[in-house]
Amino acid sequence: MIPLSHYLFVSAVLFAIGTTGVFLRRNLITILLSIEIMLNAVNLSFVAFGRQMGTVDGQIIVFFVMTVAAAEAAVGLAIVIGLFRHRESLNPDAFVSLKW
Amino acid sequence: MDGWLGVVIMIALGVGFAGVMIGLSLLLGPKNPTPEKLAPYECGMPAVGDARERHSVKFYLVAMIFLLFDIEIAFLYPWAVALRDLGWPGFVQLVSFFAILSVGYVYVWRKGVLEWGPVARTRGQAQRPAA
Amino acid sequence: MLDSNLHAIVPLLCVILSALAVMAAEAFRSPGEDMPLGGLGLVGLIGAGASAVALWGRNASSFNVIVADNFSLFITLLLVVVGVLTIMFSGPVVARDGLPKGEYYALLLFSIAGMIMMAMANDLLVVFIALEILSLAVYVLTGIRRDDARATEAAFKYFLLGAFSSAFFLYGIAFTFGLSGSTRLDRVGAFLAAQSMSDNPLILVAIGLLLVGFAFKISAVPFHMWTPDAYEGAPAVVTGFMSTGVKAAAFAAFTRVFLSTFEPFTGDWAPMVWALAVVTMILGTVVGVAQSNLKRMLAYSSIAHGGYLLVGLVSANDIGKAAILFYLLAYAVTNVAAFGVIALLGTKDRPNDELRDFAGLWHTRPALAALMTVCLLSLGGLPPTAGFIGKWYVFSAAVSAGYYDLAIIGVLTSVISVFFYLRVVVMMYMVERDAALTPPVKIAGLGMAALVASIVAIFYLGILPSRVLTFASQSISTIF
Repeated sequence: MIPLSHYLFVSAVLFAIGTTGVFLRRNLITILLSIEIMLNAVNLSFVAFGRQMGTVDGQIIVFFVMTVAAAEAAVGLAIVIGLFRHRESLNPDAFVSLKW
Repeated sequence: MDGWLGVVIMIALGVGFAGVMIGLSLLLGPKNPTPEKLAPYECGMPAVGDARERHSVKFYLVAMIFLLFDIEIAFLYPWAVALRDLGWPGFVQLVSFFAILSVGYVYVWRKGVLEWGPVARTRGQAQRPAA
Repeated sequence: MLDSNLHAIVPLLCVILSALAVMAAEAFRSPGEDMPLGGLGLVGLIGAGASAVALWGRNASSFNVIVADNFSLFITLLLVVVGVLTIMFSGPVVARDGLPKGEYYALLLFSIAGMIMMAMANDLLVVFIALEILSLAVYVLTGIRRDDARATEAAFKYFLLGAFSSAFFLYGIAFTFGLSGSTRLDRVGAFLAAQSMSDNPLILVAIGLLLVGFAFKISAVPFHMWTPDAYEGAPAVVTGFMSTGVKAAAFAAFTRVFLSTFEPFTGDWAPMVWALAVVTMILGTVVGVAQSNLKRMLAYSSIAHGGYLLVGLVSANDIGKAAILFYLLAYAVTNVAAFGVIALLGTKDRPNDELRDFAGLWHTRPALAALMTVCLLSLGGLPPTAGFIGKWYVFSAAVSAGYYDLAIIGVLTSVISVFFYLRVVVMMYMVERDAALTPPVKIAGLGMAALVASIVAIFYLGILPSRVLTFASQSISTIF
């Protein structure tokens, strides 16, 4: 059986990849994807912890997180579409009408 | 490793069947290429313009609505599995959950998100004052 | 008649049902038809307030994850006050700016429901879901003026950093869950109390991640980057609402999680919160001085106020906990009113939120100028206003807990902040009006009534605070 620490390590790596993506990528959609990667990294942790304890709690939590993530993605995409209408660009560097 | 033998056989059969079929049609099939047949397949119609043109924002709207309602269904599966353990309280909880969701659905419907094309939209406008 | 499990969620249900009713009404509203949607929201909020009063002292609990103890009921009542004032300011603003009415009120009520849920949550997962409910609604409210590029940009920046921070928060929950086997705060607390001597590094990781999540929501430095942009881009009513409501809800959950559940590890997190409080107070004040836009200036002021609240949290004694509740109430009433003035002065084409737009306001609108002066003095913490009493209690809590350094920094930054609040006052009274800049606007009666009510509350809390303070100290006694 694969030990818990391996899952946690993969989860931490995924979370770090997501975080790096948020800071480095220069496309709003890719940044949204990076945030989804972060949330799914956390989901992996939840499932791994839940399995180690032998309960389904971890998986139930993941259901809730998935729904929340979907709602978040929908709102995020809506705002991105609104932004694109104003600027015709998805590069975050184009959005400087407010001091960052 | 015994348990995996079946899987290996399955994969081999799958790949083999597909390979034999493609090979046979290459060998035996009549060949009569025309420019239309060589073009990428698109609904059987000659391709018009670039596929990367802009789509109506309507597509995004429907995609977002689909995303939301699709994911909410995820709560049905665990409930269905644990139906007998949860009993009536679980049923009531799930029904109220979907009642709340359906208010959202009614809102989306009445706002005309599910209506396509200019004709449908004007009809929806005309209906609204009557309701 | 009602399952006793359901008692605690009655205030929450009132708000959610009114939000759903608003949404359904909007769906069946024919274009151009006028419906009292704001009134519908008021009914729900008053229902929530009444049920919160009825539940006072009964320590009700629903399914062990939602608790209606006095602490959460105090915050619920505070949020009801914020909601009612916001709806009163919104009435004229929504009509003037042509905002989508049904969507506006529905989102407002959903976010209030999320805030109440966050204050009542007794489970980390519920805290997370409540946080998302309120945040998603507020992101959209920020960008509700879709024709305004700045509003959309503000909404996106707020969304991006908010979603980013909630991922950190969730990761913190995952570690807490992994360590203690539960997300319920009482179980986690019992587990941590048993572990208080161990130095498991994962506990520190969990504390750190949760802290980052909360710090984003209360806009503590260095996690404050979204605040000025979001506050400037959003319509002024929404800014007033989110700067008070979100902060109150986030602080409620923050206090509950850190002062009761993670209480055994105070020695570990107190230095981190101490550092956050210091940089937040200093940066909020110093950068606030340099602003030329009133909304942006008040955004930095709001950051600084978050710092003062953190001082109460670090002190972690009974005075500090009661002071947090009192300060949140005083700040909420004051800030909603201040943004209310800005909202009422704006026009559809021009927000009128630059400092120079307020020049000579005393000569054209003496009443509004006087009301704004009271708000600014209360934000600056001058007697006899609510802000003074709030700051007094927070700093005395710090002193009695031995944090003299925090109290000194707090008093110094308050003095500096008075400078930039007074600058606006001077502008309003001493500078001649540039008539070309701001066309005179008609002030709606409803908005004026809300302003007068907030001013009365500011003076009541400032002159006769003992009654509310008693309530505040009763509230904290139930959970800690």
